[in-house]
Amino acid sequence: MTWGVSKLTVRFGHTVALSNVSMEFEPGTVHAVVGGDGAGKTTLLRIAAGIGLPHEGSVHLPGPGRISYVPPDGGVFADLTVDENMQFIADAYKLADWQARADELLDRSAIAEFGGRLAGKLSGGQRRKLAGSMGLLPMPDLLVLDEVTTGVDPVSRMDLWRLIAAAAAGGAAVLVATSYLDEAERAGRVLLLHDGAVLASGSPDEVRAAMKGTVTDVAEPEDPATAWRMGRRWRQWLPDGVSGGPVTLEDVAIVSELQTNRGAR
Amino acid sequence: MKPVSVLGVTRQFGDFTAVDNVDFEIDPGEVVGLVGANGAGKTTLIRMILGLLEPTAGSVRLFGKAPSREERRRIGYVPQNLGLYRDLTATENLEFRAEAFGSHHVGRVEEFDGLVGDMSLGMQRRTAFAAATQHDPELLVLDEPTSGVSPLSRTRLWNMIRERAEGGAAVLVSTHYMDEAEQADRLVLMSRGKVVAAGVLDEIIGDLTVVEVNTEHWDIAFAALDTGSRLITLAGTSVRVLGEPLDSVANELRTAGLEADIRTVPATLDETMVLLDS
Repeated sequence: MTWGVSKLTVRFGHTVALSNVSMEFEPGTVHAVVGGDGAGKTTLLRIAAGIGLPHEGSVHLPGPGRISYVPPDGGVFADLTVDENMQFIADAYKLADWQARADELLDRSAIAEFGGRLAGKLSGGQRRKLAGSMGLLPMPDLLVLDEVTTGVDPVSRMDLWRLIAAAAAGGAAVLVATSYLDEAERAGRVLLLHDGAVLASGSPDEVRAAMKGTVTDVAEPEDPATAWRMGRRWRQWLPDGVSGGPVTLEDVAIVSELQTNRGAR
Repeated sequence: MKPVSVLGVTRQFGDFTAVDNVDFEIDPGEVVGLVGANGAGKTTLIRMILGLLEPTAGSVRLFGKAPSREERRRIGYVPQNLGLYRDLTATENLEFRAEAFGSHHVGRVEEFDGLVGDMSLGMQRRTAFAAATQHDPELLVLDEPTSGVSPLSRTRLWNMIRERAEGGAAVLVSTHYMDEAEQADRLVLMSRGKVVAAGVLDEIIGDLTVVEVNTEHWDIAFAALDTGSRLITLAGTSVRVLGEPLDSVANELRTAGLEADIRTVPATLDETMVLLDS
C-alpha cells in the first residue's frame, strides 16, 4: 500500500482548511509542502502525522509507532535536559539500544555538548535541531516536520537539512512544511498549497515545466497586474508567452496564485 | 548626508563582543540586506542604528548626526513581531501611531479593516508597513519583512518596499532567507559580530564553490558521504559537499564503489553563509 492522502477535504466549521488534496508520501523522498499562512500546511501535516481530524477522503499511513511528528515551534520539553528529551522519546517508542544513535544524532546536530542543558535554555536553532533529532531517533517510516527550519540561522538550517536528507537516504518518507521557496528547491517533490487547494505538485523540474506561459526579467513591466519586483527590475508573467528565461519555483508559486485570483474574479 | 553611517562600531556585553568594528553606509534610495547567522550581531547592530543602544566604540550617524529623538522621527521600523495592537482595527492602529509620531498624515488600509488579530499574516504585514511609513520616513528598518506569507503576498510587500526606495528612502532589511536577500541591491554579510563580505550577491559568493554529486542513487551517495563533521546537504537529488576539495569527495565515493558525476559548482548564498561562518 502506498502511503499518502487522496481527495482529502478538511473543514473547521465553515472554513475549508483543505480541499480535495491528493499526495503520495514516497519512501526515500523529501517532500516539501509549500505555502503561506492559511494555506493548509499545518492541517495536512497533522493528518499525515496521524492526528485524528474529521475529514473526507482517504488517508493511508504507516502503522502505530512508525511516524514521527515535529510540530511548529515545539516538539521538545523545555524543562527536560537535551539528554532527557532523547530518553523520553526512546521510552515512548519503546526503543532498544538507542543510546549510540542518540549520541550520533546530537553530534551531527552540533548539540552533543549541551546534553545536560535544559531544552528551554537552548537557542532557537538548537531547539529545532533537538526536535529534529528526537523525530529521527525511532527511525520512523514517515517523518513529518512542520516549519522546522523557520527562523533558524543558516548554519543550523544546514545541520537540519543534513538530518532530513539522512532520514530520506535511510528510506523514510519525509514531509517538510515551509513558506520559503528556496527551501523547496532542496526537496525531491514539491506540493504548492494556497487556501487549502493544491496549485501544483511534482518534482521541482516538473512543477517548473508545468507553468503556463513565461516569466521574463524586464526593466519596466508590460502589464503591472502580472508583474512583480525583483530588486530594481521586474519579473513579468506573460500567460501566452512562448520563449522566456529560466523559471524558479518562486515564479511558479506566484503565477499559480495570480491564476487562482483571476479565476475567482 | 547619508541616512546611515556605521563607523567602526563595536558593542560589548561584558566579555562578549556582539558587534566587532563594523563599517557600512546606506545611500538614499538603496535597499541593503543585512544577512547572517543568528548571533551574528544583526539585532545588536539594528538596536544601535535605532538609537536604543550605545556603541562601546565607534559611532553611528543618522543623517550625519548622532541618533537623537529628532533623527529617530525620520526612521520607520517594522520589527519581526510587527508591533501592532491586535485588538484594534488596522485604521485604529494607523491613527494611534500617527498621533504618537505627531504625523498629520494617516496611511490608508487597502482592504479588510477588521481587528488586526483577525487578519491574515500578509494583511498584518502590509498594515505594519503602512503604520511604519505614514510619516514618510527617510530610513526604513525592516526585520524579515515577508516571513511566513504566501509568495504572491510577498511580491505585494516588495512592491511597497521598492516604491519607498524609489521615492528616496534608504532601506535596511535584516534577513537570513535567500528569497528576501535576492531583493536587495547590496548585501552586508555578518558572522560572529564582524562583516565578512559585502557587495552584490555575485560579489558575496565570489569564487566560493561546493562539490556537487549527481547519481541515479543520491541516497547511497549521501549515506556514503554523510560522515563525521562534514558539511553536506541536499538539493533535490543532488548531494552537495561544502569546504572540501573535489578529489577527496571523489576518492571517498570511489572507495564506496559508487559511480557518479562529480563537479565543482558555485555556492548558493546559504552555503556561502555557512562557509564564511566556519
